[in-house]
Amino acid sequence: MSGLDVVGRPLPRVDAAAKVTGVAVYADDLVLPRMLHCRILRSPHPHARIASVDASAARRVPGVRAVLTGQDLPIRYGIMPVAQDERALEFEKVRYVGDPVAAVAAVDEETAAAALDAIRVEYEVLEPVTSIEAALREPVDEPIHDRAYTRRPFNVHRQLAYDFGDLEAGFARADHIREDVFFYQGSTHLPMEQHSAVATYVDGRVTLWSSTQVVHYVHRALARVLELPMHRIRVIGAAHGGGFGGKTDPFAHEIIVSRLAMVTGRPVKCTLTREEVFYAHRGRHPVLMWIRTGVTRDGRITAVHYRSALDGGAYGSYGPASVFYTGTLQTTTYAIPAYRFESVRVFTNKAPCGPKRGHGTPQGRFGIELQLDKIAEDLGMDPVELKRRNFVQPFTRAVNWLRVTSCGLDECTRKVLDASGYLRRERRPGRGMGFAISSYMSGAGTAIYWNDMAHSEVHLKVDRTGVTAYCGAMEIGQGSDSVLAFVVAEELGLRPSDVRLVTADTDTTPVDLGSYSSRVTFMAGNAALQAARRMRDLLVEAVAERMGVHGDLSEIEVRDGRIGDFTFEEACVIGTTRFGALSTSGSYKPPRIGGPFKGNGVGPSPAYSYSACVVDLDADARTGLVDVRKVWIAHDVGRAINPLLVIGQVEGSVYMGLGEALMEEQAYRKGRHKWPSMLEYKSPTFLDTPEIETFIVETVDPEGPYGAKEAGQGPLLPVLPALVSAVHDALGVWVDEVPVTPEKVLRALDALARGEAPRHGPKAFPDFDFGERIHVEPPDPHDMRVGRELEESFRGA
Amino acid sequence: MLHELDRAVQREILTLTVNGEVHEILVPVHETLLEVLRERLGLTGTKHGCELGECGTCTVLVDGRPELSCLLLPVQVAGARITTVEGLGSTADLHPLQQAFAELGAAQCGYCTPGMLLAARALLDERPRPGRDEIREALAGNLCRCTGYAKIVEAVELAALRAASGADAPPPPQANGGGEPS
Repeated sequence: MSGLDVVGRPLPRVDAAAKVTGVAVYADDLVLPRMLHCRILRSPHPHARIASVDASAARRVPGVRAVLTGQDLPIRYGIMPVAQDERALEFEKVRYVGDPVAAVAAVDEETAAAALDAIRVEYEVLEPVTSIEAALREPVDEPIHDRAYTRRPFNVHRQLAYDFGDLEAGFARADHIREDVFFYQGSTHLPMEQHSAVATYVDGRVTLWSSTQVVHYVHRALARVLELPMHRIRVIGAAHGGGFGGKTDPFAHEIIVSRLAMVTGRPVKCTLTREEVFYAHRGRHPVLMWIRTGVTRDGRITAVHYRSALDGGAYGSYGPASVFYTGTLQTTTYAIPAYRFESVRVFTNKAPCGPKRGHGTPQGRFGIELQLDKIAEDLGMDPVELKRRNFVQPFTRAVNWLRVTSCGLDECTRKVLDASGYLRRERRPGRGMGFAISSYMSGAGTAIYWNDMAHSEVHLKVDRTGVTAYCGAMEIGQGSDSVLAFVVAEELGLRPSDVRLVTADTDTTPVDLGSYSSRVTFMAGNAALQAARRMRDLLVEAVAERMGVHGDLSEIEVRDGRIGDFTFEEACVIGTTRFGALSTSGSYKPPRIGGPFKGNGVGPSPAYSYSACVVDLDADARTGLVDVRKVWIAHDVGRAINPLLVIGQVEGSVYMGLGEALMEEQAYRKGRHKWPSMLEYKSPTFLDTPEIETFIVETVDPEGPYGAKEAGQGPLLPVLPALVSAVHDALGVWVDEVPVTPEKVLRALDALARGEAPRHGPKAFPDFDFGERIHVEPPDPHDMRVGRELEESFRGA
Repeated sequence: MLHELDRAVQREILTLTVNGEVHEILVPVHETLLEVLRERLGLTGTKHGCELGECGTCTVLVDGRPELSCLLLPVQVAGARITTVEGLGSTADLHPLQQAFAELGAAQCGYCTPGMLLAARALLDERPRPGRDEIREALAGNLCRCTGYAKIVEAVELAALRAASGADAPPPPQANGGGEPS
C-alpha cells in the first residue's frame, strides 16, 4: 500500500502533552463538591465463614455518612456469564485475604478508616486451600464455592479435554517421544496507578469514573448488581494509569462507590491502597504443565499431548477463558498434526487470577518452547532449526480449526538471528543465548457474553466546526486514542491533532468491548476505517457537486487538509449545507472461525501476531545470578500504524516478560500474600532492564486496518523461554520454572554435580481425571472459509 | 468540619513555596507533602503509586533535589522551594524534557511520568550531559511498568543533547521502525 500520509509515521501520541505535563485527569485526581471518601473492610482470613457483621459502632463514628455490608449488595456478578460468583461485599463466607466485607463512606479517608476499625466481624475460620495439588484432593473443611458450582472434588472450577486429530497415530509415527513438567509462577500487573473510582447519583442516574480497561463490562456489572437499567448508568473511563489486564474485570470498589452515591446522594471516591491492589490482582495464573511430544528423526512434530493445571485463586474472573488459553494457541505457532489438550482450573484461597498481558498463553508457550529445545538436544539438532521445521505456515488452518492468515515467523526469526549472531555465538561457560517464538491474538473472536453484535462501533460527526470521532475504546497507555485519530486523519486527509476524540463514555460513545485481548487496533481500527471512509464519501460527494464534477469522483483528492478545491473546514461547511449535520458509523465484527465443537469460542482471532526473540545473558555458576545483556525481538505487527507506539508496546512487553522470568512472583505463605508491597514484590528497575533491540516486521494482514495486527501482548511470550534456554546455554542446566531465581539455578547446578538430571523444576503433574474427551476431526489445512460458509460446511459434513 | 477525631489532631500554619507561588496553609502535622500538594493545593500532577516511598511516582523537587513527597511532612519543607510537574512546564510551553518525552514516546499511560521528569530534571541540573548509565542510576528509584525504560533513557539523552547544542536537535531516527512491507 502506498500513499499513506499518517499511517506508518512515528508521530507522537495524541495525548502526549496532557501526559507529560500532569494535566491528564486520572480517577484519583477527580475532586467533586461534597465528595465523600470510601474505604473497604477486607477479610484477614484466606478462608472463613462469616458468622456476623456488626457495623453499628461504625455508623456512629462522627463524619461517617454511610456503611454498607453484604446484604446491601447481595447480587453476584463476574466478568463471564458462566462465572457470576463474586459479591461486591460478601456476607456468607470469605475466600481470600482481601475479600471485601464492608464499606464506609465518610467525610475523609481517615474517618472512613477509623470507622472500619469499629466494624465487628465474627469469622469461623476454615482450612485454606493453597495449592493446585490440595485443590485436586477432597476438601479438609469444605469446598471454597458451592458444590453445585464446581466439579469433583469440588474445588475444581473448570476442566476440559479435547482430541484434535489422531493422537495415537501421531505418536506411533514418532521416532522420539519426550515428556516434561514445567511450572510458571503467577505474577501481578503492578500498574503504577492504584485502582480508583468516583461515583455520583443525580436525577436517578449513576455516573462512574473509573480506572478501568472496559467501560462496557463495568456498565453491565453495575446494571446487574444495582438493579438499574443500563440507561440510568454512565461509565466513563478516566485517564488510565496502567492496566496490563488487571483492570479488565468489574471490581467491588466500582460497585460499592456507586451504591454509596445512591445511598448518600453525594459523590463518593474509593482509591485502593497499594496493598489492596495486590489483592484485587486478576493476574497471571500459576500453571503447572505436563507435555508429551513426539517428533520424527528430522525433528518434525507428529503429536503433542499437553496438560495444564491452573491455580485460579478464589473466584472465576476470566478463568473459563484462561483455562483454554493455556493450550489453544499452541497450534497457531507450530504445525501440530495431532493435539490432545487437557486442562483444569482450580479454586484456591488466594487473590483471584485472571488476564495478564498474554492471558494464559505465556505459560503454554513457555512449556512448549523449552520442550522443543530439549528435544533438539536429544536429537543433536540445533533448536532453531528444529523449531523452524515446525513453524506454522501462513494461510493455513490448524488442527483445532484456528485460522492462520498473515504470518511473519520466518522473517522475525531471520531478523533476530542475524542481529544477535545467535548461530555464530561464542560458546563458553557462564555466557548463553536462547531463542524462542510466539503468536498472539489480534482480539478475541468471541465477545465475553454471547451476542451477534459488533465488537467495536465508531461514530464520526462532521459539523461546521470540524470532525469528532466517538468510540467506546479505552486508552490505557497503549495508544488506543492515537490509533483512532491516526486512522480518521489518514482517511480524511488530516493531521491527527485535527481529529477531536470522545472515547470510553457509555453515554456518548457507541460500544467498543474495551482494551483487552489486543483487540483495539484491529477492531476499533477497522470500525474507524469504515466510519471514516463513509464520511469521506459524503464530503467528496458534496464537494464534487460544488465543483461541478460528475461521474468519476476519484479525481477529487482528499489529503493535506483539503478535499478537492476546498480546505477541510470549507468542505465541512459544504457537506453540512448539502446534507445537514453529518454522521457516519462504522463497526467491526470478527468473522466466525471456530470449528465444529463445543468450546470453539476461545482461541479464534481474525489475525495472529508473531514474534521471535533472542536473549543473551551471563549466568554465574557460583551465585546463580542471571544478568541479561541484551534482548533482540522481532514482531510481526502486520503493519505499524505508528512505529513509535509499536516499539513502545514491544519494549514494554519484553520488559514485563523479563520481570516474570527473573523476579516477579505473586507468592503466598499459608494463604497470605508474602509481599503485598512494591518494595518486596520485585519488579525490574532501570538498572535491571537490558538493552532491547526491536525489529518491526510487516506482513500486511488482509483483514487488519491497513494490514495492522496486535503489538501489545504477543512480544512478552517468547522472552521467558528464550531466557531459560539461554541459562541452559550458559550453564548446561534447565530451570523448568519461572521466575529463574538464583536459588533455582544453584539447585539445578547441584543436581548436575550430583549426577542427577541437570534441572530444577516440578517433579510431576497431579493425577486428575479430565473426563471424556471431545474428539474433533481436523480441518483441511487449506480451508480458509469463515462465517456462514464455514458453518454450513459443518452441516454438510 | 470539626468532629471527634479532628479534636485530637495537631495543626500547623505553614508557608509553602510551590512552583514559585507562596501558599499559607493550615494542615494537620501528620499530613504528607503528597497529600497537601494534591488535596489542598490542587496540584494533582503529582501522582502516587504506593504512599510508602517504594515506587518513586510522587517525586518532587525540594530545593532542586528529588524527594518522595509521600515520605515528607510539610513542616520539613517549609521555607524550601518545591517544584512539581506543574512547575516544570505547561501544555502551552513544554520543558525540553517534556518535549523529548512526548516526541519519543517515553510516556505511555503517563502515570509515572511526572515523577520521572522531575528526577530527570534534577539529574540534568547537576550533570548536563549524563551518560546512559548515569541516567539509569539517577532514575532507578522510579518504577515504570509501560515503557521498559528504553524510551525514557533516550528522551533524557535527547533533552540533554538539545540543551547542550542550544538548538532543537532532531530526534534520533527510530531504530528499525517502519520500512517497506515484506
